[in-house]
Formats: sequence, structure tokens, C-alpha cells
Amino acid sequence: MINKLKLTTFAAAGVIAFGAMAAAPANADSLTVVSWGGAYTKSQVEAYHKPFTKKTGTEILSENYSGGLAEIKAQVEAGSVKWDVVDVELSDAVRGCDEGLLEPIDASILPPAPDGTPASKDFIDGAITDCAVASIVWSTIYSYDKSKFSGDKPSTIADFFDLKKFPGKRGMRKTPKANLEMALAADGVPTSEIYDVLATDAGVDRAFKKLDSIKDSVVWWEAGAQPPQLLADGEVAMTTAYNGRIFNAIATENKPFDIVWDAQVFDTDLFVVVKGAPNKKAAMDFIAFATDTQRLADQAAWISYGPARKSSAPLIGKHAEAGIEMGPHMPTAPENFKTAIQNDFEFWADRQDELNNRFNSWLAN
Amino acid sequence: MSEQLTTVDGRPLKAALASAERSKRIRAVLLVMPLFIFIFFSFLYPIALMLYRSVENPLIAQHMPETVAVLEDWDGNEVPGEEAFAALAKDLVVARESREIGKVATRLNFETPGLRSVITGSARSAGKWEPPYKEKFIDRRKEWGELATWATIKRLSPTITSVNYLAAVDRQYSVDGEIQMIGEDYQIYVDLFLRTLWMSVVVTVSCLILGFPIAYMLASLPLRHSNLLMILVLLPFWTSLLVRTTSWIVLLQTQGVLNDIMVWTGIIDDAQRIQLIFNAQGTVIAMTQILLPFMVLPLYSVMKTIPPSYLRAAESLGAHRFLAFWRIYVPNTLPGVGAGCLLVFILAIGYYITPALVGGQDGQMISNMIAFHMQKSLNWGLAAALGGILLVGVIILYWLYNKLVGIDRLKLG
Repeated sequence: MINKLKLTTFAAAGVIAFGAMAAAPANADSLTVVSWGGAYTKSQVEAYHKPFTKKTGTEILSENYSGGLAEIKAQVEAGSVKWDVVDVELSDAVRGCDEGLLEPIDASILPPAPDGTPASKDFIDGAITDCAVASIVWSTIYSYDKSKFSGDKPSTIADFFDLKKFPGKRGMRKTPKANLEMALAADGVPTSEIYDVLATDAGVDRAFKKLDSIKDSVVWWEAGAQPPQLLADGEVAMTTAYNGRIFNAIATENKPFDIVWDAQVFDTDLFVVVKGAPNKKAAMDFIAFATDTQRLADQAAWISYGPARKSSAPLIGKHAEAGIEMGPHMPTAPENFKTAIQNDFEFWADRQDELNNRFNSWLAN
Repeated sequence: MSEQLTTVDGRPLKAALASAERSKRIRAVLLVMPLFIFIFFSFLYPIALMLYRSVENPLIAQHMPETVAVLEDWDGNEVPGEEAFAALAKDLVVARESREIGKVATRLNFETPGLRSVITGSARSAGKWEPPYKEKFIDRRKEWGELATWATIKRLSPTITSVNYLAAVDRQYSVDGEIQMIGEDYQIYVDLFLRTLWMSVVVTVSCLILGFPIAYMLASLPLRHSNLLMILVLLPFWTSLLVRTTSWIVLLQTQGVLNDIMVWTGIIDDAQRIQLIFNAQGTVIAMTQILLPFMVLPLYSVMKTIPPSYLRAAESLGAHRFLAFWRIYVPNTLPGVGAGCLLVFILAIGYYITPALVGGQDGQMISNMIAFHMQKSLNWGLAAALGGILLVGVIILYWLYNKLVGIDRLKLG
């Protein structure tokens, strides 16, 4: 008993000491940048972090998370903010800003394009918000393993939902976002009208009905690194995925995957600064540095996400390791962009709680 | 009258004894104090805080004070008049300036989907408007002309609310304030609570069926053999939960070891590989294996104390071996069975990581939903309410156990 008591006391002291260590402010010459991990974080380290450290001497600590505002909210509410810069999705950037979890960013710190175009004109629409600056355009697409289909290859979004023509398991992200849009597109709704249809109860029913048709064959994934793995393991014949992850598997691991761009759902990823960040000044400097024309183009050499500045597009070259021309693999390449759906953050910010509920209820039954 | 007993130095014996006892008691309290403080701050206080969070609702009263005051006298039969709209405009402008508008909008949106953009959108415009406001608000968003919007604001005005608990059992208030079920397509928690209970029962029973013979064997073998076998029980117990869970994925997935063997031996065809994991079945299998030591260890420690002579006595009095086992041995193990079942069941009911990893779509438990509301939807009030219900459920089970078996008969070793 005494021993146990001692152990508990030691453990408690340990936990408290560890907590105190973790809560101590990070070194003034360092900056914590949080992103999504894997090939994506690697592209940021190569294109942003290393040059930034070289230029300013500020050490960058790179951390991974899997999206959402939960950790940011927890840090802000507990008053012990450890993260400085976070890479978030648009809907989270807007909601986080509304809820006072993020620092407002003064857009005038962003450098103009090389030809002098001011940043506000150079960035694509919606890329600069009150609290966030976009770096990339990414896309949810679906991909299949070419070796699994000997005859016809899937080419439209309807093929993804067609188990007769293309048998095999499907991978999908465990969230209603993007899945409902794709389901409606596959059901024949023109991509420009998706959100009008989804705003009605009948539209939501229709989307779920379409999902119902493949529900028993779906393997659900949550982290972006999972779908290429599911494809490689043969667990699924096709899967929705983030286009950069699939490109990476094709380019650097020589996987026999192909991307279908029909009804891709694209979105931006943005840099935000957490409210009360320990290194706020350095964080702002980092964002201004990382989102300049050259840096955004550099990142595209590591992963096939489109830069958020128009002036970066002509500078995109070849993949840094595989030597593939990157232009045609961007979500924004004209060939890929014809039926693209822009994720409607306002719709999702309004309806996500309701639709998540419905989605979870649908999943469980 | 007898003379009072005294100690050698003349103090009354009673007082001397009491003071000796008191100093002992103080020492005991002091010794326990660090543990008590630790438990208070790391266990009781957070739980109290969580329960409070499930009912607290300060946002609306705090950031829409004028509207709340006007709505106090509102009867709820028709859309309120200009006075309420003027108050609303004032509140929205102030809340927007203090950057609190998003929190208000999110809170209202949990109740009535779509209100978020109604609030934030109107707040953006309201600063530019002059009275009268009513028309302008309804022009901007038609929701302001609907009773439901105002009923939601009024309902969330009090700083203490039951809406989280209602939502946690798939219920809500209707526009006229009656409690009703939510739409069938959106119901989830009641089913999930029942499924969590059911899966925990299945895991507990499986653990008992598997654990009892193991514990019996461990208790009846000679020490040198049983020690070796004990290691086999403890080794997985000491192995990381994550390692064990992912090992099950390796074994059971459709391209996994078990399916490969069955295909290789020709039991099943390559096209008919069986889905063994990422469903309820996978969760039960993995959880049973992970929780098995919690059943074996209390059973073993109780069985170890049952003298073998009991069984011999029963047999020498003419009982058949099985009868002797059933009538004499098994009743003696009941404290261990009770302890093992209670331990496994209570652990299972709150299990999180294993169902999250191997549960797929129908093997999720209520704790996964709590995590979802903590991490993704950020509806901490609802998460706290779900947790509160779970806590009450466990306390009821504990109370039931105490009534039926008696907690003093619980033996963990």
C-alpha cells in the first residue's frame, strides 16, 4: 500500500512537472507551426520552413494535427497557447475568427507580386479573410488502382457510385463534407447547382439515398495518409482522397494509381495565428514570408496543390524529386477544373452540426 | 460511586486515551491528505466542472442582454414587435464589435441549424441600419419573421439549461415549448447508448467465458507451471493498448493473416474474404482480448484462496465431481466473478480508442461520439451531457451491484 502511495505521488509529481515544462513559453527564437503531416508537411518544411530559418534564424518546430478547432479552442480557453501558426481549412478559419480563437491578420503585411500587383488582387477570391491567408488550393478527388480494372477505367463521378460496372470496395472520408456533394453530382445534379439542391431537405435525402447505394461497400477513412495506403493494400478498389496525397504516391512511390477529376471538390488551406500565440510577431512574419509568390510556387514543386496566388502559377516547375512537370497535376489546371465544385464554407458552417448528426445516424444504422 | 480511573500522572484515563487517539487520527489524516488533494483536483473537481458545463448556458444572456430582456414578456404566439428588433440590432452590433458574435451564433446554431449565418450576416448589416428595424431584418433574412428563431433565442436565455440533456437523448423543444423527438433520420444517441450497453455486456460475458477456465487452470496448477502461464496473461496486459489493437487489424483485415490462411487452405474463395474487423464484431473481439486480464486476475486471486480440501470433502461425501464443482467451488468464486464482471463492464462502457480504430461504422460506442463533440463539432455542452448520462449509468450499475451482490464481497486480490 505504502509503495503504491509513493508511486502515485511520484507519478503525480511527474505529471505536474511535465505539464509545467510543456506550458513554459517556447524559446523566443522559435516558432511552432502546426500542419497536417505526411507529404504535405514535408512540402511546407522544404518550401517555407527551411528558407525562413535560413533568412531569420528563427527555429521552426513542426507539429502535426488532424484538423478542426478543438485543440486551438482548448489552448485558448485554458490560457496556455503553445501553437503559433496553424494550417486550417476555410470553414475552420472563418468559424475560429468568428469565435475569437484567432488573431486578426493585417493584410497589408503581405508582399505584392513581383510585377507589383498588390496582394489583395494577386490572391484568388476568398483567399484572404480577417484572420487567415490561404497558401494552397487542394481538392478532394477520387482515385483508383489501374491494375484492378483491366477493361474500362472509371472516368466520371457516377462510376464511383456504380458497383455493377466497377465492382470493389470504396474508400470515403468519414464526414458528410464532400461526400454529399459528390453523391449529388453522381446522381446527375449539375455541379453549379449542388449547394442549391443540398440546401433543401429533399436534396439531402437524395444525397443520402445515393450514398446508401454503396454504403455496404465503403471503408471509411479519417486521416489524409490513409487512402493511398488503403489503395496500396488492396483494401479498396477506389477511394476519395486529397489529390496531393495520391499524386505523391504516384510520383515518388510509383504506385499504379490514377486520379479522376470529375466533380472534384476544392477548397483552400489557410495559415492562421492562434489568439495569444507566444510568438505572434514571428508568426506574422512567417505568414508574410511563406505566402509570397516564389515560396508558394516552390511548395508546388513538392506536392500537387495549387498555389493561392495567381502570380505563382507561371513559376511552377517540375517535381523536386521525381522530375514530373507539375502544372497538369494541379486541381486548378484547366483540364481538371471543368466540373469542379467549390466547397461552400458558409453552407457547411451553418449546416455541419445538423448534417454530421444525420451522417452519424445514417452510418450507425 | 466508583472512583474515576486515572493514568499514573493523574489524568483521567478517558481523556488520555482520547488525546492519544486524536493525535493518531490527525497523523492518519495528514498522511492521506496528499492523495485526497490529488484526487480532488484530478478527479472530483474536473467531473464537477464537466457536469456544470452540461447545463451552463451563459452566452446568450451575456451577449444579447437587451433582446433577452425584451423577450421576457413575449408570449410566443406571434413574431415580436419593433421593440425586440431594436434590442436585437443593438445587441448584435455590440457583440460584433467585441468579437463575441461567433460564439452566440454557434450556440444558437446547435439548436436550430442555419441560425449561424442569420446571426453573423444580420450583425454585419445591422450597424448600417436606422430604425425601424423589423422590416430590414426580415428583408435581410426571412428567418427573423419566423417564430422558431425567436423561440430558440428565448429558450436559450436562461443561464442554466436542459437542452444539452434533451439533445443527448434525441429530444428537443418544439416551437410551442413541448418536448418532442427529433426527426427519425437524425436520431442517434438513444440507439448508441443501448448499443454501448449491449456491446459491453457481450464483451463482459465473453471475458467471463474465456477467463474462468484460464483462471481455474492458473489456480490449480503447481506454482512453477502457473507462474509461467501467469506471464502469458500479464504480458499482453503490459503491452500497449495501441499495439494490441493494431495487431488485431493486421490479423483480421480482409487482406490480413486470418483471411490469407483461410484462402490459402481453400476454406473460402479469394473473392469472398470475410469482413472481420471495422465493424461491431471487430470491436467486440479486440475489446474482449484487451479486457481479459481484468477478468482473469480477480478470478485468479479469489480461486487461489479456495482450499482444495472443500472439493475433496464434497467428493468424499458422495457428490459427483461436476456437482461438487458447481455447488461448492463456483459459489466460492462469486466475489471474483462479481469483481471481474464489474471491472470489465465499467471499463468497456467507456472504451474509446479500440472502437475508434476498429469500430468501422457500426462498432462505434458512445465515447466515440463524446470525443467527436469534444474535438470536431466543439459542442462541449452536449459532450458533457453525454458524459454525465454515462456517469449516472455507471453509478446506477454500481448501486445495483451493491444491492444484489454487496460491494463488501468485491475482491480484487
